[in-house]
Amino acid sequence: MKEIAIVGFQQSDSVSDAGAVNEVEMIMPVLSRVFQQVGINNAQDVGFVCSGSCDYLQGAAFAFVAGVDALGAVPPIKESHVEMDAAWALYESILKIRMGHADSALIYGFGKSSPGELPIVMSQQLDPYYLAPLWVDSISLAALQARLMLDQGLITEGDMAEVVSRSRRNAMNNPHAQLAGDVAPDDVLAQEMYLSPLRKADICPVSDGASAMIIATVEKAKEWGMPYAIISGIDHCIETHNLGMRDLTDSVSTRTAAKRAGMDAGKVDVAELYAPFSHQEIILTRALGLADDTLINPSGGVLAGNLMMASGLSRIGEVFNRIVSGEVQCGIAHATSGPCLQHNLVTVLEKA
Amino acid sequence: MSEEQEVVTVVKAPVYLKYNFTAGAAPARFLAQIKKGVLTGQRCPKCSAVYVPPRGSCGGCGVATEEEVVLSNKATVQSFTIVYIPIPNNPIQPPYIIANVVPDGANVSFIHLMSECVNEDVHIGARVEAVWKPKEEWAFAMDNIRYYRPIDEPNVPVDQIGKLPVTGLEG
Ligand SMILES: [Zn+2]
Repeated sequence: MKEIAIVGFQQSDSVSDAGAVNEVEMIMPVLSRVFQQVGINNAQDVGFVCSGSCDYLQGAAFAFVAGVDALGAVPPIKESHVEMDAAWALYESILKIRMGHADSALIYGFGKSSPGELPIVMSQQLDPYYLAPLWVDSISLAALQARLMLDQGLITEGDMAEVVSRSRRNAMNNPHAQLAGDVAPDDVLAQEMYLSPLRKADICPVSDGASAMIIATVEKAKEWGMPYAIISGIDHCIETHNLGMRDLTDSVSTRTAAKRAGMDAGKVDVAELYAPFSHQEIILTRALGLADDTLINPSGGVLAGNLMMASGLSRIGEVFNRIVSGEVQCGIAHATSGPCLQHNLVTVLEKA
Repeated sequence: MSEEQEVVTVVKAPVYLKYNFTAGAAPARFLAQIKKGVLTGQRCPKCSAVYVPPRGSCGGCGVATEEEVVLSNKATVQSFTIVYIPIPNNPIQPPYIIANVVPDGANVSFIHLMSECVNEDVHIGARVEAVWKPKEEWAFAMDNIRYYRPIDEPNVPVDQIGKLPVTGLEG
């Protein structure tokens, strides 16, 4: 099987309101930076392009088609799109390369969530007959999950506050972060309840922005001559949409995906986990069996800024950055989709 | 089954979502001009193509279109169709013409209505001009131009459509 490498990664700042920019204007600066990083001109220089976005976020129909105008698609290019986080666009691109249909790919994700009421918008991804008509928002569902964990004694509010505190402190070293600061767990616990048992700090912020990645076969990566990291495994698993049938205190699909991606828990220097709520980071850490010496979310994770449809790809990009900088040898990145960690993707990365 | 089951054919679940929509930086510049009665395009810094209405990038090159270009009221018909069927809620009575028109100075066409013409006489390469609504009615909208009407100028050869300078055929 062809070995596949990540060659470039760029992300925009995570901002609470990107203002009067449309999707093309949000994507273009990130794409031009990632082209520059790899030393290519535009999407003509890669074999495949795949993006991840969701038109419900900004309420603009076919925004993902408008996004193609950022690519330079004349003459025509091979392009695809997933109505999901761009981590899944990476997955599609890897399949494309493994099948021999391309030797390289550009992947990008973008989300402008500020125009809508994100938790309400997310209610419309639920079962259309029984749940979506009730407008159950994403924060309320996560609160149910956190309550289950607290009442079963699996976590304490202090544990959740620890996660928030570590995120805020780690984010101080992340120039793209939206929320960062020297916040102690007690500062978090002192905050008032928002949607019990969640405080505002337990919830990732609403963010606008984009990220982009370039991958290639190792041969092509060598040809480009840029530092790269190897994607040694990737897989994803989904659980039923029926929340009542799931054990919400665990993430079986994450564990299964990690196993199938070939993750060795003893050999994970760094883990970037897509946990939009503090208690979910604890679920994921446990599901993956991460050792105490694994660095978890050194970027601050998505509690520091959550680019819907790009955050999953950015987790992979964050691990890539740390490997090519020589900071770590290997790591895993996790991406999630759906309510209460329904659908999970795990990528294993190694130093070349 | 012993009992007759009622067939459920409809589940009503209306969806209302509210958004603070923004047009984007490039469309906002275009709309601000058209509110003043000026049709503008934006030029690609790489291939020089002028886009109208601009969306923020040159789709061909994938780069931002920054330079603003004022376009002519005169345009050329690139293609057209005669609509014979009534469209619900559309106040315009068929048969009427929708056409792809390229304003002088631009390289890309947009779709608009044609009027004050004999439908059967409309043809590709025909010269037309914009008929604007009264100034008091100008908004951030493409229909500040009410429609295009024919003008008495020579046809533009097909291979020249979309390539005229802002000064037009003679320019
Ligand atoms: Zn161009």
